[in-house]
Amino acid sequence: MSRFFATRAGVWSGFGAAALVLFGAAPLLLSGFRLGLLAQFLCYAIVAVGIGLAWGRGGMLTLGQGVFFGMGAYLMAMHMKMADAEFRNGHGAVPDFMELAGIRELPAYWVPFASPVFTIAMILVLPTGFAVLLGFAVFKRRVKGAYFAILSQALAGAFAILLIGQQSMGGFNGLSRFRYFFGYNLDDAVNQQMLYFIAAGVLLVVVAVALQLRRSRYGELLVAVRDAEERVRFLGYDAANIKVVAYAAAALFAAVAGAIFVPVVGIISPASIGIVPSIMFILGVAIGGRASLVGPVVGALAVAWAQTALSEQFPSAWTYAQGLLFIVVIALLPGGIASVAALTKRFQAKSATVEAAA
Amino acid sequence: MPQRFTFHPRDLTRSLAATAAVTALALTSACGSRAGEETAAAESCVDTSGDTVKVGALNSLSGTMSISETTVRDAIYLAVDEINAAGGVQGKQIEIVAEDGASEPTVFAEKAEKLIREDCVAAVFGGWTSASRKAMLPVFEDNDSLLYYPVQYEGLEASENIFYTGATTNQQIIPALDYLAETGVKSLYLVGSDYVFPRTANAIINAYAADKGIEIVGEDYAQLGSVEFSTIVNQVSASGADAVFNTLNGDSNVAFFREYANVGLTAEQMPVMSVSIAEEEVGGIGIENIEGQLAAWNYYQTIESPANTTFVDAFKAEYGADRVTSDPMEAAYNSVYLWAATAEKAGSFDVADIQASADGVSFESPEGTVVIDGENHHVTKTARIGEIRADGLLYTVWESAGAIEPDPFLEGYEWAADLQVSE
Repeated sequence: MSRFFATRAGVWSGFGAAALVLFGAAPLLLSGFRLGLLAQFLCYAIVAVGIGLAWGRGGMLTLGQGVFFGMGAYLMAMHMKMADAEFRNGHGAVPDFMELAGIRELPAYWVPFASPVFTIAMILVLPTGFAVLLGFAVFKRRVKGAYFAILSQALAGAFAILLIGQQSMGGFNGLSRFRYFFGYNLDDAVNQQMLYFIAAGVLLVVVAVALQLRRSRYGELLVAVRDAEERVRFLGYDAANIKVVAYAAAALFAAVAGAIFVPVVGIISPASIGIVPSIMFILGVAIGGRASLVGPVVGALAVAWAQTALSEQFPSAWTYAQGLLFIVVIALLPGGIASVAALTKRFQAKSATVEAAA
Repeated sequence: MPQRFTFHPRDLTRSLAATAAVTALALTSACGSRAGEETAAAESCVDTSGDTVKVGALNSLSGTMSISETTVRDAIYLAVDEINAAGGVQGKQIEIVAEDGASEPTVFAEKAEKLIREDCVAAVFGGWTSASRKAMLPVFEDNDSLLYYPVQYEGLEASENIFYTGATTNQQIIPALDYLAETGVKSLYLVGSDYVFPRTANAIINAYAADKGIEIVGEDYAQLGSVEFSTIVNQVSASGADAVFNTLNGDSNVAFFREYANVGLTAEQMPVMSVSIAEEEVGGIGIENIEGQLAAWNYYQTIESPANTTFVDAFKAEYGADRVTSDPMEAAYNSVYLWAATAEKAGSFDVADIQASADGVSFESPEGTVVIDGENHHVTKTARIGEIRADGLLYTVWESAGAIEPDPFLEGYEWAADLQVSE
């Protein structure tokens, strides 16, 4: 089966099936609320594809994707708050949460976010650019392994703390109460479905880009750097450059996911971008299988779905059930959910040999 | 083994084009109303034709807030059990659907929406932090449903879809300042956690102090959850202030009061007025560190009234004699009764009918009679200053002359003119 998906026809049929489920089955079968939840989970899946690339293929344990997710989310939220204030109180109006915090003048760095084009450009450029700069600073100095993981996690913690202290960015409460998404009413069920389609479309695009990166010569190099960085360097490649590309791509994916997350969920606060959410991102990828293409997507969706389903079923004891689930999966399936296919195949082969012998 | 296929850039272009086409197709078929246009109101799915009426209880049962919010959940269940035992609301038994807010604003928003749209509850009780309320507010407004929020908060809010049964600032902070001014306090030191409630509270205190001639000798903010207070306490000690106004939240209070006692400061020398320390928190801080200090609330377990005796006895009978009752628990307990009374008055569970009938609905609560203000959806409350005594309970040492009308936007206070916001 896995061989089939390595062929061109296999890849296209895989995409076709995914598109059929996301664009056909899901909107037909799920209620508006569940579809909205799925849109939220798809955002996590988009982040996961990036982590799969950076960690699964590149060996960079990025424990701080909340930073890039948060950047994308806050940039989008700033635009939506500006658009909201402008619609209600005219051009240059102060968003409602600033009034509550006693801020009467719009801070200068908020002003350009009234423009949707500027906002989208910023979402695409700012987090990626930050990742490139950080990547060069870190990878050129050959910081890797646990040191890189600790550094990236500390960054996520620091970013959340920084935002909590900024009353002009919503502080601890974050930014919420959005009414419009590029001019569309967010309380309209049809527009909520539109957001879901955007999330689903972006996920497919992101998976296609990740597939391309994996299958290209660059992808081979990335894996080589992961497994034997010294050797790649002896061959004349600069390992840092190779790592920066994957790291920046992961940052871009996370930022785009954050930008979609905000209109879907309706709130972004430091609680959604700090250390704990960053670890949850990683957890999904680990559960799904970090090295495979669809593993991170499946893992992110499974973890988010399990969290929702378990907490609805057992509101006061679901954290135990979730912990148990993580332990079981990690203990029995070290390669993640994606390794189930390989395991069953091995099992079948084994029973076939046993039968032949008997 | 077949030749391994490499994904050609051409394939990428094609797959991107295909995805873009599919997404675009999906989007063109699905574009709803734009800004300025009216959105068709969401159909309510609340069904009360049977013998029961469903309500939601949305509290953090996991995460950092669970210690506080599980006590509120217990109070909600107690009220529901009592109402059910007495025959229910409009003859219908109340059925609770519980959800865990997990101390995270996004989870509160998600679960609120689930309760409204999937479980079709008539009303939701819960929330604690302002962050959780702010996250839920758009959900309740967009789906036109009802939230009963039981915790004192920073005011400056009045949503049609929320009933606030805890104190707003003019029922807690301003009376606390009145009390301090009455006892001769001329200078104050402000200590708070760095988030919206302490910031807003201190803005009000500053405006009040400027008007009444009280000197603010210091204003410090600690990170939420911070437990390092030696610098702040030293500054407080050196400032020579007459009193401290404390808006710290959570674990920070433990560290602050330990440090305060450590440097030898006592309630006689420099009293601390706290607005987030209730019966539940005193045990964690340690009575030796906080005895004699003051708190400002509307309810204490020690209030002597028949309604409170009934409440405290029922609570201890249900959850254990070692449990205590606190202000947010009592406000949550009241909120269920107020909702039930409003539904009885309206003769309906419909959101619009509840909103229309809410004005003037009252309840003989453990803190005294509380009445809903139909305009701002807050309730009248008696302010009480409590002193923490050796048994770990708070005892009323001062109370306002009667219940105070809620004024979330401080429109009745001239000195607060600069704090007001456009609604």
